[in-house]
Amino acid sequence: MLTNVVSLVDRLRDGMRIAVPVDYAGVAMAFTRPMIARGLRDLDLVCVPTGGLQVDQLIGAGCVRSVETSAVSLGEAGGAPRFNAAVKEGRIRVIDATCPAVHAGLIAAQKGSPFFPMRGLIGTDVLRNRPDWMVIDNPFADQGDPVVLIPAIKPDVAIFHAPMADRAGNVWIGRRRELAPMAYAATDTYVTVDRIVDDNLLADETTAAGVLPALYVSGIAHVPQGAWPYGLWGVYPADTDALKRYAAAARTQEGFDAYMAATDTPTEART
Amino acid sequence: MTPQPPALPSETLITAIAALLADVRHVAVGASSPMPAAGAMLRQALDEQTRHVRLSILGSVAHNFFTNGSGELFDCAGQGRIDAFFLGGGQIDGQANVNLVGAGDYPQSKVRWPGSFGSAYLYFVVPRVILFREEHSPRVMVEQVDFISAPGVSPPDVYRPGGPVALLTGKALFSFDKTRPGFTLESVHPGETLETIRDATGFDFDHPDEVPQTPAPDAATLALLRGPVLDKLAETYPAFAENWRRDLAAQTQHC
Repeated sequence: MLTNVVSLVDRLRDGMRIAVPVDYAGVAMAFTRPMIARGLRDLDLVCVPTGGLQVDQLIGAGCVRSVETSAVSLGEAGGAPRFNAAVKEGRIRVIDATCPAVHAGLIAAQKGSPFFPMRGLIGTDVLRNRPDWMVIDNPFADQGDPVVLIPAIKPDVAIFHAPMADRAGNVWIGRRRELAPMAYAATDTYVTVDRIVDDNLLADETTAAGVLPALYVSGIAHVPQGAWPYGLWGVYPADTDALKRYAAAARTQEGFDAYMAATDTPTEART
Repeated sequence: MTPQPPALPSETLITAIAALLADVRHVAVGASSPMPAAGAMLRQALDEQTRHVRLSILGSVAHNFFTNGSGELFDCAGQGRIDAFFLGGGQIDGQANVNLVGAGDYPQSKVRWPGSFGSAYLYFVVPRVILFREEHSPRVMVEQVDFISAPGVSPPDVYRPGGPVALLTGKALFSFDKTRPGFTLESVHPGETLETIRDATGFDFDHPDEVPQTPAPDAATLALLRGPVLDKLAETYPAFAENWRRDLAAQTQHC
């Protein structure tokens, strides 16, 4: 169960559908460069429910075929430059969604259900551009009442970073519960963690409720600061200056290539 | 006591946001929304002596009590437990349709923006949605959006307890009437007139004969803004808070 990032990345294949979390929920940034180095192609990313730096870098490196997402941005550091350029040039397919629809698709998969119904969406161009979504009349209503059916989202792999795991492969996700449906829905889940603890996390009731059990976890790598430059909730904040350095560099493909070829280090350690 | 520097334009906007949140019990603020977050924090600070205003700020650890992941906000909104929310838009039109996806022909937009986020759901279910966009120009305030991330109004058979109530920009405040449907100019910010608003707006709107000016924050409000609100905001929006402090320092020197 416990291994290193490179051996986990070795298990990824071209054309896989890969789920990644929103920027504040534990992005496994430590996976990004090894994925690029591996030369993966035609990945279909599912952002849960939005994407950021990792998605932008994978797109910039030419690893991505499509992105299903509710948004891609670098937050306070601005728009996602390589994503925006790739959309404009038609190099990737964007499957625009809305946040709760991504959650709904994963929850359908979690439950082994074919779809999940949801409100909203009627009259949007998001819905109009989703031939895979369907509108039906609520069968329990007396008349009318259209609702949208979101089909189950079943990623091949889910990848995220969490504060800790134990030696049995249990991962503590705490309040970031969206990571659980990602793992339930995915065939395999690979996790990087800031630390490994010796005690079994399920043995203590205080930590047990926040645990994603090893049942859903296929591999773990110990990577301290593995979310950097993103933060890890309750552990360390995002390195906004580093995000801005990337945003400035990646405005052009040449700038992106040069940034990725070099090594960036945490802003705090630079003085 | 040294007199406080006068209100920055952003402080007047934040104060206007807090006024739009009068009486809300629970306000949620989405990603990348420092001014709405500040407005919600100001509302909470203004009402501190009389009641507790609940804040849910996405991306914050301190101002986020959800324990069920990022989906809980939407579940909570779907249950009617969130009274107010903010939406921006790369384009906003006179029917209060918002476009967060891109300008030009979809999907290969001329300009691509991040995406719809939760708008295609929250606009339907949150009763008091405040449209907030600082840039007020004909390219943002358009006659018709190029892509509808979320529609301003819906046909009667569509479940829609929520929707837009106001549009606040860097130049003015509008209210929205879903029966017309359309916007009414409520006030203009310092330096603006009905004419400058007309020139900057690509859609038609109603207005009173005499358009009032958006009130600037009073001394007590400014003290809250520059004290607890600014401190709290720095946790989620460090860059915005730093710029705010810099602007205040620059203004003090200028005085």
